[in-house]
Amino acid sequence: MESVSIGKSVSEQHELLVHKDVSSTELTKAYIARIHSVDPDLQAYLTVLEDKALAQAAEIDRKIAHNEVLGALEGIPMALKDNMCTEGIRTSCASKMLESFIPPYNATVTDRLQAAGTILLGKVNMDEFAMGSSTENSYFAKTRNPWDLERVPGGSSGGAAVAVAADEASFSLGSDTGGSIRQPASFCGVVGMKPTYGAVSRLGLIAFASSLDQIGPFTKTVRDNALVLNAIAGYDPLDSTSVAYEKPDYTKFLVNNVKGLRIGIPREYYGEGIDPEVAKGIQAGIQTLIDLGAEVSECSLPHTEYAIPAYYLIATAEASSNLARYDGVRYGYRAEAEDVLGMFKQTRAEGFGPEVKRRIMLGTYALSSGYYDAYYLKAQKVRTLIKRDFDQAFEKFDVLLSPTAPTTAFKFGEKSADPLTMYLSDITTVPINLAGIPAISIPAGFVKGMPIGMQLMGKAFDEGTLYRVAYTFEQNTNHHTLKPSLSGEVLASGSR
Amino acid sequence: MVVANQFEMVCGLEVHVELQTKTKIFCGCTTEFGGEQNTHVCPVCLGMPGALPVLNREVVNFAIKAGLALDCEIAEFSKFDRKNYFYPDLSKNYQTSQFDLPICGKGGLEIEIDGEKKWIGITRAHMEEDAGKLVHSGETISTSNESSVDYNRAGVPLLEIVSEPDMRSIPEVLAYLEKLVQILEYTEVSDCRLEQGSVRFDVNVSLRPFGTDTLGIRTETKNLNSFSSVRRCMEYEVARQARVLNAGENVVQETRTWDEGQGITLTLRSKEEAHDYRYFPEPDLPPLVIDKEWVERIRKTLPELPAARRARLQTLGLSAYDAAVITQAKAMADFFDEALTYYTDAKTLANWVMGDMTRLLNSNQCSVVDSPISAKQLAELLQLINKGTLSGKIAKSVLEEMYSTSKDASMIVKEKGLAQISDEGALLGIIDGVLAANPQSVEDYRAGKDKAIGFLVGQIMKATKGQANPGLVNQLLKEKLA
Repeated sequence: MESVSIGKSVSEQHELLVHKDVSSTELTKAYIARIHSVDPDLQAYLTVLEDKALAQAAEIDRKIAHNEVLGALEGIPMALKDNMCTEGIRTSCASKMLESFIPPYNATVTDRLQAAGTILLGKVNMDEFAMGSSTENSYFAKTRNPWDLERVPGGSSGGAAVAVAADEASFSLGSDTGGSIRQPASFCGVVGMKPTYGAVSRLGLIAFASSLDQIGPFTKTVRDNALVLNAIAGYDPLDSTSVAYEKPDYTKFLVNNVKGLRIGIPREYYGEGIDPEVAKGIQAGIQTLIDLGAEVSECSLPHTEYAIPAYYLIATAEASSNLARYDGVRYGYRAEAEDVLGMFKQTRAEGFGPEVKRRIMLGTYALSSGYYDAYYLKAQKVRTLIKRDFDQAFEKFDVLLSPTAPTTAFKFGEKSADPLTMYLSDITTVPINLAGIPAISIPAGFVKGMPIGMQLMGKAFDEGTLYRVAYTFEQNTNHHTLKPSLSGEVLASGSR
Repeated sequence: MVVANQFEMVCGLEVHVELQTKTKIFCGCTTEFGGEQNTHVCPVCLGMPGALPVLNREVVNFAIKAGLALDCEIAEFSKFDRKNYFYPDLSKNYQTSQFDLPICGKGGLEIEIDGEKKWIGITRAHMEEDAGKLVHSGETISTSNESSVDYNRAGVPLLEIVSEPDMRSIPEVLAYLEKLVQILEYTEVSDCRLEQGSVRFDVNVSLRPFGTDTLGIRTETKNLNSFSSVRRCMEYEVARQARVLNAGENVVQETRTWDEGQGITLTLRSKEEAHDYRYFPEPDLPPLVIDKEWVERIRKTLPELPAARRARLQTLGLSAYDAAVITQAKAMADFFDEALTYYTDAKTLANWVMGDMTRLLNSNQCSVVDSPISAKQLAELLQLINKGTLSGKIAKSVLEEMYSTSKDASMIVKEKGLAQISDEGALLGIIDGVLAANPQSVEDYRAGKDKAIGFLVGQIMKATKGQANPGLVNQLLKEKLA
């Protein structure tokens, strides 16, 4: 009963709880058992909160016993990427710098999920300060892809993707600055949404690049994704970049119908470096949508090739400033030194990993006097052009479609030696962050046993249409029902 | 200073003013001065991970108000930028400030020196957050075994007002500063408590030979906190630069610091060592859009500014000097105006306010705000003089009594029986007695010695302990002796 229930979706688990077929405590215990059994191999979790989780579950079970109305997420166990602040619970950003940092406050998303009655199982692994595409940059652990333990889970929200893919959590939250939700969702075969910039509060999200960062859900199904977004999205007066938009009930868009919907295929997203097998898989997905009545045609986003350099200038520039506060004075790691300046230098030399240092240096350089116009300012102009590309495309199309990543999950060490190759693999995801629009990655098949993801991009604050297309695709395919087999245990309800 | 006579001084100032909003610029912490170390702090002003700023609208209101009072253009579109540098008192290691699009554009104010008026331009004014304070165990950070940081001040709103290099002498600089502080006090955007560091000055000075147009190489001396430091610093810096130039050398463009104890300026960092602040737009705050309605709403809250107030007092009959003295501090001018609503003779009122009132306040080191005599009470005292109830001389002693007891003048007059004797019958009785006792003086007067009447009046006043109405005494006496 319990081991079966963890394989189910949030909405299925909700039904089980409502009908008292399973208790929140049983569900939570099942997840904890699962974590004990598979996480030594997968290493998705940095912190597991057994006692706290069970205490929260017991609270929900009391409500259930009193036949109180149960919210959609109440009693559902989940995980948070370790860059979202949790009061009294270590929030490390997978960095030595914050190895012992315990925030005295919650992120807004933490508060909102707590208010929704979810059970926090723990904090999950990531690239240090969310900088990376493979989670190999974590100071603490190497998270493995459940579909092939020799491969990376993607990043930077690798732990959050793996936790859902391997049934170590019913859902999780990740953050996406240049693809950090969508790419690991694609690599691990789960649903991952990066909402519109400003839709979800960033308060308490430890910043990487403030103008690009956005929190979003990892789930097994599209419906689950809409349910979680319902809980976390919406205006927050304490985040000045949060937008006071009229938040819809996202589940209202879950209709199995794409007839007449106009879908654009940006040709620039099929350029060099794309695995032909991945392209083929996505082509099959496109055919499915055509068969279901969608109007599909090619389109162009002409400035795409400039997105990577623009992104790596803007993101690193903001990061160089955002990460300046880690100096050993107030909290976090502090190195010993002769004087204050020495303490600053030594703390940062010892507390940050190589990728973080590389990006701080790049960003510092880009903002330096004499280079600002050539780099940062130019990158901002490119950003405007990229936004315009999307605006023009959305005059003709409701949704744009591409592979989420050019390849399936790569092997450990395959790209980490060459940062530039790693950066270039973000070509299909970073333009979306630059434009601030929403995009979702959904399971779209397999290449040599590894999942591939289909990315759907929408207009600002039109997550609803993305959910509609994603839901229709999901209802007419079975990719999302396949599960990785771990320790010889086959949990799949379908077959591979 | 003799050595400097061949050069013309050129000076521009940056003035940092703490705005007296109740809470900090980007969080809800109190801006109150003092307090135990690190008690007025929160995750935002401590720069904790994940913390985000929210702009305090009241800071914008105050900045607009100051800008309007300084004749500045208010920018419809302005934005915040990050100024990046590492220092332990800066919790995020960047200061959120405004770089290329400040809230206030060009403005200025008029100063007057020896009757000559001069316009000093203001280039801009921008909002920013203050830093914390380092507390060293020793003299300086480098000679201390231990330093702690107090972030109570971190995030207190500042307005940095940058002047044009329009000043040509130290008196001009001081006149500009006095005027500026006066205007800021008037608008009540700052309490301008210099001793608490709520106003700080950076002084840019250069010299050039008289008659030349090009600017000389300047130095910037940072973080002065009193007018006298500014004066002494400039005296020193002008003399120093003149010495350098006279020796045939060039002034080094650099940032200097003022050593109050030694009375000298010292190199802080050279041009080469100057910080590269790597300014870029603050991504955590959207641009600030201020529409015309907002500006007009604030304009309506502007008080009458010193210049206008001075002009109005002059139309009421005050001399330019008296009007300037009364309007020097807003509190004094407010006191005056309030008294004026009860007592309309502005000239007499001014004499009392500037004379006896000010003397009493000063000798008790009391500010006019805390005066034990209210404006209304002073006005009542003056009305009693007008009515003939009190003589001017006795009124002065009543004022002192009012100061120490806060009682109304009429109450004191009643309690002490100080009212002037204007009853003819009573006075005639006293006059008869005095005339009877001084036949020689009566005779002298009648023989044409006018002076004798003065002696007789004196005797009458003496007999009435000064309470006799002197005009009436004179009149009655003349009638008697006629």
